[in-house]
Amino acid sequence: MGTEKLISHADHSRNFLSNQLKASWFNKSIWYQRDKRDVATKKLDEWETLRQLASDIKAHSLSKLDEYLIEFEKNATANGIQIHWAEDDKEHNKIATDILKNHGAKKIVKSKSMLSEECELNHHLEANNIEIIESDLGERILQFSGEKPSHIVMPAIHKTKEEIGELFEEKLNTKPSNDPVYLTQAARLHLRDKFINAHASMSGVNFAIAETGSFVLCTNEGNADLGMTANSKLHIASMGIEKIIPKQEHLGVFIRMLARNATGQPITTYTSHFTKPDEGAEIHIIIVDNNRTKLLGEEKFNSALKCIRCAACMNTCPVFKNSGGHSYNFVIPGPIGAILAPVHDIKKYADMPFASTLCGSCTNVCPVKINIHEQLYDWRQVISQKKSAFTFKGMIMKGAAFVLENTWIYDTSGKMGMFFIKHFRWLVTHATPWGEGRELPDIPKESFKDWYKKNHS
Amino acid sequence: MKVGLFIPCFIDQFYPEVGKATYELLLKLGCDVDYPSGQTCCGQPMANGGHAHDSKGLAIKFGEVFSPYDYIVGPSGSCVNHVREHYDIVPQTENIKKVRKGTWEISDFLVNILKVDNLKARFSKKVGVHNSCHGHRGLGLGVQTELNDPTQVSVIETLLNQVEGIELAELDHPDECCGFGGTFSVTEPTVSVQMGINRVADHKKQDVEVITGADMSCLMHIQGILKRQGSNVEVKHVVEILNSEL
Repeated sequence: MGTEKLISHADHSRNFLSNQLKASWFNKSIWYQRDKRDVATKKLDEWETLRQLASDIKAHSLSKLDEYLIEFEKNATANGIQIHWAEDDKEHNKIATDILKNHGAKKIVKSKSMLSEECELNHHLEANNIEIIESDLGERILQFSGEKPSHIVMPAIHKTKEEIGELFEEKLNTKPSNDPVYLTQAARLHLRDKFINAHASMSGVNFAIAETGSFVLCTNEGNADLGMTANSKLHIASMGIEKIIPKQEHLGVFIRMLARNATGQPITTYTSHFTKPDEGAEIHIIIVDNNRTKLLGEEKFNSALKCIRCAACMNTCPVFKNSGGHSYNFVIPGPIGAILAPVHDIKKYADMPFASTLCGSCTNVCPVKINIHEQLYDWRQVISQKKSAFTFKGMIMKGAAFVLENTWIYDTSGKMGMFFIKHFRWLVTHATPWGEGRELPDIPKESFKDWYKKNHS
Repeated sequence: MKVGLFIPCFIDQFYPEVGKATYELLLKLGCDVDYPSGQTCCGQPMANGGHAHDSKGLAIKFGEVFSPYDYIVGPSGSCVNHVREHYDIVPQTENIKKVRKGTWEISDFLVNILKVDNLKARFSKKVGVHNSCHGHRGLGLGVQTELNDPTQVSVIETLLNQVEGIELAELDHPDECCGFGGTFSVTEPTVSVQMGINRVADHKKQDVEVITGADMSCLMHIQGILKRQGSNVEVKHVVEILNSEL
């Protein structure tokens, strides 16, 4: 991957917050999700037990990932599903394109898949003259507006209904309206036509069960099922290697947690199980690595692979709530994105683990108990050590450590610092980032240490 | 019981009155308190900024300065959390093992070690509690709203409820981060300030007169925002309230 210079999270956030009205609306929308999640999870007395169970199942699955993947392949193949292995995004896209071309499929409907976003599949298919239509409402909205998802469960959460109304006027010839019912109906009619005329369907995978060789998709719109049943000749599902769970009996644990933690629903409206293709139809699964094995080899960070993509860490993250999903440069934003991104390109995504206050709320909401905030801290250490010690920040840190290791120098420089702030307050307030929205504290006449010495010598 | 008083660097420099209140409160409660003057900083600011490797000397120094004490007590949840959780970067000598186990945040120490249940203090104001994240989630000082665990108790509120005349505000978001975050406050000032403004608004909605908490760094950030807004809401470390006279 390239390491082009990207706009930093801090600069993205400044832009985001410059529209205060919209930023405040966004913050409230995300709080609404977090609040719904709190209510739903507190209805289950066994919630914390489920978290531990889910964490244990995922940790176990990762510890024997090779075995379970082979078991899954064997059982899925026996069911008539065709399995493909892709080492990276390019190979994934090539396999998908080849399958579609072999079937002469030119029009595709696809339900939401973050893996296909990660692989930038749509660009690749379009470059090969294959029409790819996102069938998830939020994703379709973004396809119209030419944007990337800003959230992994609610990809268009950053768009107001007014913005969507205007977009639909232009793209779907709707009447001027911001009525969600009317706009959704318009999208439904538009997509119905796409479903019926599609040559093939695509999707991601929420869970793949090694024991049965079947896979499960969770949607609220039923669009994955519609894609497969409206045209049942060819379906391609893309899954990351980490989606495996060992047994059917484990599935219930995750199904009970996923929607509760994501949107506060007891379960997604549709939980669809796929085991074998219909007579004369084909189902293909592309199992993708794309740096996941590399992450699996990182002892401090590999538990990030337990993630079931509920997005609760985004909905609770105060930085996400005040900067929006597009402020992160990686396909997956927020806390989980910030610990997944560095393994793909540590230079390109170096600022992501720093886009956090390490408040720890992400870890507390995580249904599979990933220690997200600790990993953010640990990634910071890795990233800083990889950078030259002669960066400005590196030198400040080394200088500070030198001062603080020596009590006399600390005491003396403390006094000098206080003198400086006291006499150059205007400068410190106006020329440092601290002064952006904050005043400095008053400078006391003596430090605690001086007071103590005076009174206890 | 010999208590070593741990006054974090920025409290030493910016908020000596918080250090004094901590010291006086421990004396009042019958502790044998000593302030070792060799102390400087625990190393947290560097470590959170990704430079834990530059702060090893500070961990070793902390171990040397504080190992003679049975308990090391300080008025900062985040610094205490740093000593306990992140001193794995240096060899686990007897000194380091002892200070990692023996370092306590003061309100936690008061409730769970000294078992204080009858503080003689009065503070007749409406107060909002800011639950600073590292103490709140790291040390478990408060009720973490994300968890479904009805057994959780807030040590800060346990103590504040013993203060006569005090009225505690009920906030919409009692454990939302204020946005300080150490180096985050200067590397991401816009988000940091916005988060602080949001926190302050929650307290102001309840007409609090004072915002209190167990971490002066968060309170410094909140105070900076209040001052910029020209607000007359005050900021006080929880020890200042607990140490107030009857």
